[in-house]
Amino acid sequence: MDRKIRVLVAKAGLDGHDRGAKVVAASFRDAGFEVIYTGLHQTPEQVVEAAIQEDVDVIAVSLLSGAHMTIFPEVVKLMHDKGADHVLVTGGGIIPPQDMDTLSKQGVGRLFGPGSPTADAVEYIREWCAAHPRAV
Amino acid sequence: MARAISLVENETPEARFVLERAYPCTGQGIRIGITGPPGAGKSTLVARLARRYRDQGEQVAIVAVDPTSPFSGGALLGDRVRMVELAGDPGLFIRSMASRGSLGGLAVTTSEVCDLLEAAGFTRLLVETVGVGQSELEVAEAADSVVVVLVPESGDGVQAMKAGLMEIGDVFVLNKADRDGAERAAQEVSAVLALKKPAPGAWRPPVVLTAANQGKGVDDLVEQIARHLAHLNEQGLLRERRRRRLRARVIDLVRARAVGRLIERVPEARWNEILGSLEARRRTPHQAAALLWEEAWPEDASHPAAQGKGRAT
Amino acid sequence: MKEPAIKTNGQDTKAKDADKAEPHGGPRSAGPTEVERAAAEWKHKYEETAKERDDLFETISGNHVEPLYTPTDDKDRDYLRDVGFPGEYPYTRGIHQSMYRGRLWTMRQFAGFGTAAQTNERFHYLLEHGQMGLSVAFDVPTLMGFDSDDPKARGEVGMCGVAIDSLADMETLFKGIPLGDITTSMTINGPAAIIWALFLAAAEKQGVPFEKVGGTLQNDAFKEFVAQKCWCFPPRPAVRLVVNTIQFASEHMPKWNSVSVSGYHIREAGSTAAQELAFTLKDGFTYVEAAIKAGLDVDDFAPRLSFFFNAHMDFFEEIAKYRAARRIWARHLREIYGAKNPRSWQLRFHTQTAGCSLTAQQPENNIVRTAIEAMAGVLGGTQSLHTNSMDETLALPSDKAVKIALRTQQIIAHETGVTNVADPLGGSYYVEALTDRLEREAEDYFREIDARGGVVTCIEQGYFQREIHRASYRYQQELEQKKRIIVGVNDYVEADEKIEIPILYIDQQVERDQVASLRKVRETRDNDLVARRMAALTEAARDESKNLMPYLIDCARAYGTKGEMRKAMAVVFGEHHEAPEF
Repeated sequence: MDRKIRVLVAKAGLDGHDRGAKVVAASFRDAGFEVIYTGLHQTPEQVVEAAIQEDVDVIAVSLLSGAHMTIFPEVVKLMHDKGADHVLVTGGGIIPPQDMDTLSKQGVGRLFGPGSPTADAVEYIREWCAAHPRAV
Repeated sequence: MARAISLVENETPEARFVLERAYPCTGQGIRIGITGPPGAGKSTLVARLARRYRDQGEQVAIVAVDPTSPFSGGALLGDRVRMVELAGDPGLFIRSMASRGSLGGLAVTTSEVCDLLEAAGFTRLLVETVGVGQSELEVAEAADSVVVVLVPESGDGVQAMKAGLMEIGDVFVLNKADRDGAERAAQEVSAVLALKKPAPGAWRPPVVLTAANQGKGVDDLVEQIARHLAHLNEQGLLRERRRRRLRARVIDLVRARAVGRLIERVPEARWNEILGSLEARRRTPHQAAALLWEEAWPEDASHPAAQGKGRAT
Repeated sequence: MKEPAIKTNGQDTKAKDADKAEPHGGPRSAGPTEVERAAAEWKHKYEETAKERDDLFETISGNHVEPLYTPTDDKDRDYLRDVGFPGEYPYTRGIHQSMYRGRLWTMRQFAGFGTAAQTNERFHYLLEHGQMGLSVAFDVPTLMGFDSDDPKARGEVGMCGVAIDSLADMETLFKGIPLGDITTSMTINGPAAIIWALFLAAAEKQGVPFEKVGGTLQNDAFKEFVAQKCWCFPPRPAVRLVVNTIQFASEHMPKWNSVSVSGYHIREAGSTAAQELAFTLKDGFTYVEAAIKAGLDVDDFAPRLSFFFNAHMDFFEEIAKYRAARRIWARHLREIYGAKNPRSWQLRFHTQTAGCSLTAQQPENNIVRTAIEAMAGVLGGTQSLHTNSMDETLALPSDKAVKIALRTQQIIAHETGVTNVADPLGGSYYVEALTDRLEREAEDYFREIDARGGVVTCIEQGYFQREIHRASYRYQQELEQKKRIIVGVNDYVEADEKIEIPILYIDQQVERDQVASLRKVRETRDNDLVARRMAALTEAARDESKNLMPYLIDCARAYGTKGEMRKAMAVVFGEHHEAPEF
């Protein structure tokens, strides 16, 4: 049986613009992923707790408030502390290109800016999961 | 733990090994099934129940099952959102599951996941499913106590009855009781239940009014579930129920295995032949099934499945 | 999606009311049957011979559009009853007689970032460059009522707006800006009453009496639940706070607009134009009903309600939306709520160009998008306008980008000539037909919302959220399937694009500075006094009949922080959690 790709879609931080997160979550479902949607206002600790319990392959965080330089590194660090480096941390939102570069050096995957087709994110996650098969 | 659940969900070969280790450690936890129509407020209610059981010192695990999209095979699992208040508690574990199209049936997978959770020390297992469709009902039935959640809008008890919900509930909840029509709906449910005319001394499912979003009526629900469990214990029915459940589980596994084996063995060319004969109306589907069965087990030419009566439960 | 309600050919309605056509001198000089026959003929020919590109031919909201609109489309429209004159009921053509010949719209750029001192500098910059009023953008913790040192605020302090925790920050924010002379608009909703109290305490410190203070509080609690999701309390207590502020303004502050009912965020969340229009107006009606229920006279407060709409890319649909909004508001206020004062009937609105229409790709193109959207707002008769900066999909706007955005408005005002005439598109067959259709769609939604038990129940049951999500998902699908084209995003893409516009960075130092100054406030104030006032606030919150504004102002005067005030009320009001709707 095919291993389903499980993705946690989270709105981290306080900003409430969940249009993108919800559209992405629905697109992921339509792409055949199992999507765990956390809802709004999640702290990095909550995101990581959910990701661990749900044993996801990917964490996708949506952030439009400018807190990305705090939240993404925090999520990556907490996942590392839990021994869960095998999980891809990606996401999207209003994130300047320079910050994307910085975050990528800190272990964050590709980040998607406004207007990115959701198909790109789907493709990216599929490829990433194919290239990083889970050890059992 | 979380990884082990994935193994079971994905039906990997390693899963059996993990389950073999877990099974001897099960039997101590209480499994509570919570089901009802979409939008009845099940997740909120489950969150409230979980909180209460935590306050009683129980280790609580929640398994929330949502349907897999038949079109994409994907699923959107949003139950955690209603459980945010439970975050950050190490004595509490939440897992979302998609119903998928698993080989042994959803009920088997869910029971196995519960085994793992029990073996890991969780004492209260809350299994939440949407109460539509046979497999979801089976999941709920695989519990020690089944809570059916309805709302005033889910209308005349007739709808619920049609969906088979009225048959399986041990405790009924009318959630969103702060809305108009809740009392009347509760009376209707009671009336429908009364039609079943339970034998003297048998369990009569109570109807509890709750407003889960405000936490109202949850204590009452906890009490009614406890009453039901006590009743089962006193009458020796819990053991009976669990034996029935185990039997159904083994039968599901046997069926899955047998059918899986049989289908695997039929080469593509043979399929084409058989399908051709069906198209030409030279054979009936029943005859085709009997033929395949005989070819697999020649010694057993008169097995019930050969007559197409495979379902054993 | 609804069936298109507009028909071009008059086949089925032909000559239905030929005698009704003349009295108001509509645009049918040639006589109805002749025009209709000609229009039908043209339509027939069109269907036979016209070649069309493979395109959707829908508005951005997904409404079908005919190839041509003619005088035959307005069978039931009565000019005097439905269109009328500027400055006259039902105000379809504008609320002022002279419109922009009398006075231009207020160019009001929303600004705020970092600390109060940094934003104060930006305010001075904008005022020096010809801006006419201030508009404060708060950071997300402030929008939700959390103090900057709350763990939930981590990483967000000063990021999307200015961080304001106490009166001390308000004093800094308006340093050197006389609050009696300049009007201030504040984009704050869930904790609007709290922030307003801080603001009023600051005005008081400047020696400006409340009755001289002018401005607008966004204060639209509903749309937080519907769209923006920065709430503070659950819907029912939230409505009470809104009513408290409405009442306080009508008693003490003649120059203050108490609520700016906002469709902007509903649209940004992905709604259609009709949803933006309908949900916003219905929110407005619900506030009106709540205030009337609290014992206020509709004419005492309705003139101080204003609106805030989005200006999206579908030019004509947007213009029609503003026209329909005015007409619907006037009709409901007069006919349903019994308002007698014409000022109560007049829908005044602020417009902001659509942030969600901007692209991160080829960001300079955003200048063009914004200009077109701004033009729609002006042709729709807006009272004030914010134009987005080209770099807002990347970060907070830089000074240069903000200046170009402001200049865009000045170019429209002074170079294009559109200000010479009121409602220049009134009488356009297409725009009038769209206006009628949007009004109809809105009325359909009003009925649906009522049938579901009203706005609060719809919020609690996720109705709005679900409708909006579905519209936004459909739109996104159309983009991905290239049924709609966004230049630079799914067509005309430049593969190795380098972003070459300067970007404003908010230093993470801001958070540390803000937390430090908050700590200092807590150390230097009279903490016993604060505790007493917070206790009084909690007590007042328990009593439904009490207006909480005086208590909040007392807390503000004592340098109580917004987070403390929030907590003092949350004891009674509780917290709100939302279940997502897909």
